Amino acid sequence: MDSAILTLILLVPLAGAILVALLPDRGKSSAWLTLAITLATFGLTLHLPAHFDAAHPGFQFEVNKPWIENPAISYHVGVDGLSLWLVVLVGLLGPVGVLASWKAIQRREKIFYSMFLLQQTAMYGVFISLDLMVYYGFWELSLVPMAILIAMYGRKNGSAAATKFFLFTFIPSAPLLVAILYLYSRTGTFQFPDLRTDIAVGAVPAGALFWVALAFLFAFAVKVPVFPLHGWLADTFSEAPVALAMVVAGKLGLYSMLRFHVGLFPNQAHNIAPLLIALGVIGILYGACLALVQRDYWRFLAFAAMSHLGLITVGVYGFTLTGWTGATYQILNNELIDAALFVLLGALEIRYATSQIAAYGGLANRVPRLATLFVIVSLAMIGLPMLNGFIGEFLILSSTFTVSHGWAIAATLGVILSAAYMLWMVQRVFYGAESKLALDSPAHDLQLGEQLVLWPIAVLLLIMGVAPNLWLRTIETAPKPIVLQQARSATQLHVTLTSTSSREAQR
Amino acid sequence: MNSVPDIYRILPEVILTITGVLVMLIDASLAPLTSRRSLGWLAALGTGIAYLSSVWQLSLPMGTGFSGTVETSPFTVFFHVLICGIVIVTLLLSLDALPEDSHHQGEYYALMVFGAVGMCLLTAATELLVVFIALEISSISTYILAGYRKQTGKGPEAAIKYFLLGSFATAFLLYGIALVFGATGTTSIYDIARSAANAQNQLLIEGALAMMLVGILFKVSAAPFHLWTPDVYEGAPSPVVALMSTAPKAAAFAFLLRVVYEMFPHLRNIWAPILWAVAILSMTVGNLVALRQQNVKRMLAYSAIAHAGYLLAAFAGYGTTGIAAVAFYTAAYSAMNVGIFAVVTIAGGYSDERPLIADYKGLIYRSPLLGSLLIFFLISLIGIPFTGGFFGKFYSFNAAVGGGAVILAVIGLLNSGLAAAYYLRLAFAVAQRPDDEAQASALPMTRAGLGIITALAFATIATLALGILPGGALHAAETGAHTLQPAPSSTESPAEVTVNQTSR
Repeated sequence: MDSAILTLILLVPLAGAILVALLPDRGKSSAWLTLAITLATFGLTLHLPAHFDAAHPGFQFEVNKPWIENPAISYHVGVDGLSLWLVVLVGLLGPVGVLASWKAIQRREKIFYSMFLLQQTAMYGVFISLDLMVYYGFWELSLVPMAILIAMYGRKNGSAAATKFFLFTFIPSAPLLVAILYLYSRTGTFQFPDLRTDIAVGAVPAGALFWVALAFLFAFAVKVPVFPLHGWLADTFSEAPVALAMVVAGKLGLYSMLRFHVGLFPNQAHNIAPLLIALGVIGILYGACLALVQRDYWRFLAFAAMSHLGLITVGVYGFTLTGWTGATYQILNNELIDAALFVLLGALEIRYATSQIAAYGGLANRVPRLATLFVIVSLAMIGLPMLNGFIGEFLILSSTFTVSHGWAIAATLGVILSAAYMLWMVQRVFYGAESKLALDSPAHDLQLGEQLVLWPIAVLLLIMGVAPNLWLRTIETAPKPIVLQQARSATQLHVTLTSTSSREAQR
Repeated sequence: MNSVPDIYRILPEVILTITGVLVMLIDASLAPLTSRRSLGWLAALGTGIAYLSSVWQLSLPMGTGFSGTVETSPFTVFFHVLICGIVIVTLLLSLDALPEDSHHQGEYYALMVFGAVGMCLLTAATELLVVFIALEISSISTYILAGYRKQTGKGPEAAIKYFLLGSFATAFLLYGIALVFGATGTTSIYDIARSAANAQNQLLIEGALAMMLVGILFKVSAAPFHLWTPDVYEGAPSPVVALMSTAPKAAAFAFLLRVVYEMFPHLRNIWAPILWAVAILSMTVGNLVALRQQNVKRMLAYSAIAHAGYLLAAFAGYGTTGIAAVAFYTAAYSAMNVGIFAVVTIAGGYSDERPLIADYKGLIYRSPLLGSLLIFFLISLIGIPFTGGFFGKFYSFNAAVGGGAVILAVIGLLNSGLAAAYYLRLAFAVAQRPDDEAQASALPMTRAGLGIITALAFATIATLALGILPGGALHAAETGAHTLQPAPSSTESPAEVTVNQTSR
């Protein structure tokens, strides 16, 4: 079971995609089938944390089978502390996405759900692949269903947004592929563990390595997105179907940075880290300022997300253990919070058919459950203690403080701004005088299906906020780049101490 | 070697010729107004037998026949199988696409088969005059087929343009053959390969190489010899475009491989930069112009020019890596291109009633299967992993990087990013909700019969198989490459040796 589990996690949604595509489309049959498949896959992903051995660093549930002889591409999959929870997260967001689309998608459901499952497969593939070519394959594959569905279900101008999204991510992957091929021509392997060793012992000339690392970083930074490469984000958020928009930003790019940029090229990443920290902080402030002035709540959400992703980038490139643990944890938090916000705002859009913030107002009396949940999720996003956002932000900010006071203070400013824009948003939509829209439209509070999605997430936000060690324990087993052990052993000790004490303080 | 009867060496060509003649004879004996569909099936059957016979040729000992003018080797078999496969699929496609009442249907099928004779012979020929004859057989068939829709204004225009420019290019090739004969006193490729490096007058050899390159690059529609492509693709019926954008190109690339790797390997420092430049020019020109196209077939024509560029990038690779990459790319490219023109045949109509990208808007809402297939082939043309198009590009640029041409690979891959823009324009038009659904669903479409469905199924499976399990096809391509360029000799470039050593 342990060796087949990752393959199953890949194959079940893939087979599901084919099945949904082949079966006739009657009523809600595609949606039910997809729900069953995503739930089954989610169940499979839960096997991973249940059988993960936290005492054993490195990759677990590994499978390594040759796939293509020349060039030597292998089907090599495995998870470690870094990717473990991300796989579970993808699993959790599967059924959430299906339920979020239940009402929103009424036409051509078969294509929608088939593509949705393909997207799930691609994301699982990205997180578990340990062969660079297989990873690259899933990375590119993840673009396709996303772009097609944005074009098919876009709100106003789907195909323009889809093209923008596709080109923004596809063009930077061209240098990435050349870089991978170059590494292969030097080392003769695509496998992540081998490459890591080969690069560490200097099998690739340092001059070339600079460019290779840059090509990797560039592709990932666009996907996150890091300022100033965020041009695609707002359009994608405002056009994409809710179920896809909630997974498009953040985790793929940030995970890839941690695994393949910092992981493969620790020295190059360490050298370029100051730039990334600066860009991250600019992203935090820039995103927060833009979020304050948006009129459309999808665009608002895009810039809010950009601001929070900037903070995680800072955590990744602070090159501290606490920062990495915090960043990994914050990816999970961020995705969950974003997913909940997307579901909630999607529910609003279905009810009131507009995403203009100004049209809303005073909804709290009419849709009390929706309002309550929205407030809970907003507080988690702001980073209120006891909720999960706090833990991640605290770990990242405290680690940044050990690197640079200035940047840490600037980043903290972003946290304050995030409280400002989130609470202002809550106030404008749910409180104040009842708007014409709220008065004229019939009040439908959350239905059972929506509550089934949202309450568990809300509870999870709380659990992740009060008992983070359930997650942090395994996240901390993720292997650390060698550069850290050599260059920063003193800091490391210090950081480990602060990280432990900070977690003690939480309990 | 002599124990193999000569006839076995050209068995597929013989079978194809007999099929073509049979089709013509039966066509002449049928009453004027009877359906000719059965002739199409007969042609497909004959090509199928030719396909099997070329697979059987693998069991023959490698060698030449007819006094060293044709050869059978894994290399020739690879291309025979590819060409016969393309012809079968396009024949199946034509069966349903050609209107029942069109005249000369029998001729159409016969010409396709005769074209296949020429293309197959071109890959097998080891004697420049046979090469020339083979090229003419294949070209003349495609000239006629290009103008098959005589009633339209664009059909004859396409045929005449193709014919005039094509003859001009063939003349260049013939001139090249004459020059190399002048320099070496022989037209046998083997003899030339032996004596060209030591020939007295290298200038003559270099001139011959240049002339031949012009002739071949025209056939593969590489820039700057590409001007005929969009007009001919637009004027010719879509099933014919499916054939002539793939099979003759595959044959021409096979011959180009022979010319540069077998005949003139010592002139690498001349032909490699030329092909480099042509590759970059083709990709860039093809992609930039395609961005502006509104007509689907013209857009695909420019895309074909760009793909010729990606293919030529593989020539930067040394020895077998480069050859295998070229062979693999032709196969992958053929699978997806035949597929996309099959969809265009159905969606655009035989007479191109709906030629514009705007006409494809909402196709996925009208016909989910057809729309999805079109998007699938476009995704493959973009080069997304798990499709044949990806591994085609992958091997091609891998060969280029292995040959030290990192810049070429970077330009090529950035170009494929550029290309994504216009492929996506079509793909997203297909995915978009149509403005008026009731009206859109009433639009007529070519009836999809058994032939078209089989053709589409073949193309789809081939594209997927080459994308998921490319090992088999690549292995065949590599075996073929070894026969073209035998075991590494001392004259081989040192870079090739290091690449071999470093790969585990």
